Amino acid sequence: MKLITAVIKPFKLDEVKTALKGAGVQGMTVTEVQGFGRQSGHTEVYRGAEYTVDFVPKIKIELLVDDGVADGVVEALAAAARTDKIGDGKVWITDVDAVQRIRTGEKGPDAI
Amino acid sequence: MESGDAAWVMVSAALVLFMTPGLAFFYGGMDRSRNVLNMLMMNFWCLLIVPIVWALGGFSLAQVPFENDFIGNFDQAFMRGFGIGEDNGGSLIIMVFLGMFAVITPALISGAVADRMKFSAWALFVPLWLVLVFVPVFKWVYGGWLGQRGSLDFAGGTAIHVNAGIAALAAVLVLGKRKGWPTEGHPPHSMPLVMLGTGILWFGWFGFNAGSALAANGQAIQAFTNTFLAAAAAGLAWAVVERLRDGHFTNLGAASGVVAGLVAITPGAGFVAGMAPIYIGLIAGVVCCFAVGLKTKAGYDDALDVVGVHFVGGLVGSLLIGFFSQPEFFGGEFKAGLFHDGGASLLGEQALANGVTIVYCFIVTTIIMLALKATIGVRVSDEVEDSGLDLAEHAETAYHSGSATLTGS
Repeated sequence: MKLITAVIKPFKLDEVKTALKGAGVQGMTVTEVQGFGRQSGHTEVYRGAEYTVDFVPKIKIELLVDDGVADGVVEALAAAARTDKIGDGKVWITDVDAVQRIRTGEKGPDAI
Repeated sequence: MESGDAAWVMVSAALVLFMTPGLAFFYGGMDRSRNVLNMLMMNFWCLLIVPIVWALGGFSLAQVPFENDFIGNFDQAFMRGFGIGEDNGGSLIIMVFLGMFAVITPALISGAVADRMKFSAWALFVPLWLVLVFVPVFKWVYGGWLGQRGSLDFAGGTAIHVNAGIAALAAVLVLGKRKGWPTEGHPPHSMPLVMLGTGILWFGWFGFNAGSALAANGQAIQAFTNTFLAAAAAGLAWAVVERLRDGHFTNLGAASGVVAGLVAITPGAGFVAGMAPIYIGLIAGVVCCFAVGLKTKAGYDDALDVVGVHFVGGLVGSLLIGFFSQPEFFGGEFKAGLFHDGGASLLGEQALANGVTIVYCFIVTTIIMLALKATIGVRVSDEVEDSGLDLAEHAETAYHSGSATLTGS
């Protein structure tokens, strides 16, 4: 089993969700996060005073998938999240040792 | 007082009351999220304590008898001598109406001391400052020696905005800078709150200025019109300066300009007419936009620009009466300005009245702050300044994201 984690532009969330559903994903967890990469931050001006905001708002998506579909899901996610401009984010895959569905106690791939 | 006048002054008093929560939102939005409740409470404290001080003797010392050079007496302290028979309640509603001004004047100072003043010190500062500074200056300007010499202040440019603005400067010089200022940034935590507060202030200011005619007459209507035009002109001027200088039309620039225009038209609201409010607004908008930059150069930490907006805006508006005052338009018995064949006499009186207010207010406010500093202390601890005043001073948090368990009642 794999954990796919992606950090994307917030306005791309709807498109990414639709694409992931299309790729057969059953569920996901979404968090509002902040951070910076090569895009870096931005500046804001209040009464002539300039403030640098280092951390840019992003959306983090986490989903558990079976080993076989992980690469396909990542491709679908990346295609939907891409704008070809700086700040599109990243997606990565992590190995997962164990998963359990809390309601039924099912374990392993059955729990996904 | 005639019934129509009484109705308008009652409505105006309620409008002015609404300005204090409006000011609280204007300041609160600009403040940081961990200190916003402290800012709101500093303003609401004025709504709690000042009416009581006003009734106990503040009003009587400030206005009774009206023609008295330096300070009033206690004839109408403890609500003595107010009837509703002879004058249809006129003197009673005037006492309430002026009390609303007494509420908002110390509240204006709160924006300067934001983020680091002990609430207990603020709680004492407000009544002390009201009695020792606001009351005498109010007396001198309205009915007292400065007014008798011929200086003009229709709704409180000198007595309220210059007074509160210079008090703000004196207060922050004793209080000291916030940790990390000016290198550490403190951008507004909620611009929508700032815009809401600005709207409430503008709405309430119609009562502040037009109500100061103390009658539903032509002078009130001209003051109402001036309040409408000067605020728009100043908001426009500030926003355009920022667009040219910094590249964008900003919400905070527009809001600050509107408030600067309202401050600047306040002293002349019932003395100027025609295009004068637009000229006064445009001048105030540009001057105040640059004046807010002074604090970083001069090194005083006036957190939310009380000096740059209220002191400078009030002073500019008060001095401009010396040019634009137009008694023949109002059929009034007051001095004319330079542009209306009045010569420089009025301008001199305006300069004197503001100069006296600046010197007296600065000295006495400094003494009050030093006395508080030497006794109960005026500053929160470094830890509280870091973690926020809302929780430490009020045991409350403005924005909850988690749940809480009831553990005592």
